[in-house]
Amino acid sequence: MSQVRVLVGTKKGAFILTSDGARKDWQIDGPYFGGLEIFHMKASPVNANRIYASQCSDWFGQVIQRSNDGGQTWDAVSNKFLYDGETGTHLWYDGTPHPWAFKRIWHLEPSLTCADTVYAGAEDAALFKTTDGGQTWNELKGLRRHPSSTQWNPGAGGMGVHTILLDPSNPLRIYIAISAAGAFRTEDGGETWTPINKGLQSKYMPDPNTEVGFCVHNLAMHPSRPDVLFMQLHWNVMRTDNGGDLWTNVSGNLPTDFGFPIEVHAHEPNTVYVVPIKSDSEHYVHEGKLRVFRSRTGGTDWEPLTDGLPQRDCYVNVLRDAMSVDTLDGCGVYFGTTGGQVYASADGGDSWNTIVQNLPAVLSIEVQTLP
Amino acid sequence: MITPDATISSVRVVLPFHLKNLAKTNSSEVTVEVVGCVTSGSILDALEARYPVLSGTIRDHVTHKRRPLLRFFTCEQDFSHEPPDTLLPPAVASGVEPFLIVGAVAGG
Repeated sequence: MSQVRVLVGTKKGAFILTSDGARKDWQIDGPYFGGLEIFHMKASPVNANRIYASQCSDWFGQVIQRSNDGGQTWDAVSNKFLYDGETGTHLWYDGTPHPWAFKRIWHLEPSLTCADTVYAGAEDAALFKTTDGGQTWNELKGLRRHPSSTQWNPGAGGMGVHTILLDPSNPLRIYIAISAAGAFRTEDGGETWTPINKGLQSKYMPDPNTEVGFCVHNLAMHPSRPDVLFMQLHWNVMRTDNGGDLWTNVSGNLPTDFGFPIEVHAHEPNTVYVVPIKSDSEHYVHEGKLRVFRSRTGGTDWEPLTDGLPQRDCYVNVLRDAMSVDTLDGCGVYFGTTGGQVYASADGGDSWNTIVQNLPAVLSIEVQTLP
Repeated sequence: MITPDATISSVRVVLPFHLKNLAKTNSSEVTVEVVGCVTSGSILDALEARYPVLSGTIRDHVTHKRRPLLRFFTCEQDFSHEPPDTLLPPAVASGVEPFLIVGAVAGG
């Protein structure tokens, strides 16, 4: 019988939640690395027991942890993320040039074909790659050296590469997103990059036709349609059908289109999930109700999913990497909140159960579907 | 390279909780062999040589600048802001006093 393993990164450690295919009874293991921020954990698609974790601390800096046994034991691998060559400057909050400086790894994206190859999205924005399981990291410097990079600026949370999507049909094509520079695409494995932000609109942009400067919060893609991307922009939910060459607004009837995570159903490429929050000034769900919104039409028409979720006095947020899906028949959908709850739906979002509550604030959720 | 007449000191180092865990030591106090002058820099060189996973967690990989929220104490003195080649008191080299790496009281 299939199993599901949910990897939860929190402000104060990592947790691993496991269940069988019914997804009713859960075993909670952890905390691992208790007291330390785990920004993101993700397993290799080709070796389910190989898991990578990004451990961060204001005191001790970046550590990358690696497990070869499904998270039971861990070993630190290299934390040496050095920018390749001259670092240069990007824009600071006050509009002045600011030197690039490494702070942390926001997102780890293991290769679709090799368990030792992983991409790592960094703050300040850069993309690193290992081909030896994390023993060494090298920057794919073409991204940071894009001519527009002197004009990139940080979002409120920093200037990090927080989204990395690997095209399963083309190993040379990768999409990434940076707050608050925008989305980018490479067609040559990371050597050169193209900003893909045409059609995005944000208030107060001095130049509405700017190539970069957008606070993209998250991207999602169904593996069967790598040209179709969905985006949670700062405000607005967006869609592209041509690999990012042009985006259109599909916020439709959402009660608010501000939010962070966006995900696609495992078996229905046109079914998309978002968790709107009230506003950029009030980072909690709208009207005190925790509602996932689902579109079965690739955007524009959205329905609230509320069965099993708190519908009063709820003021949590769901962060950009804190929602994921499994690949079982009734696609499981999972998300974690800043209030420390992890919710799961075993029926594509129609109903929800609380897997665990009172964890530290959840930073990331990834799901593995195991044989 | 170690010259034949180089002094080797067994220095006691006390690690903070998270670095003890990272280094997978049984005790928060470890002993490292420091070749030559005993300074915060030479102690950290020896510590990172023995526990490579600690590289980058106490000081920068390249500049060797101390991470801002860590402090170095020994013999009831704060050496955090001293240059890394400042000689430490003889009691550190003799093993009478440990070299303390302390996480600053900060954050929440």
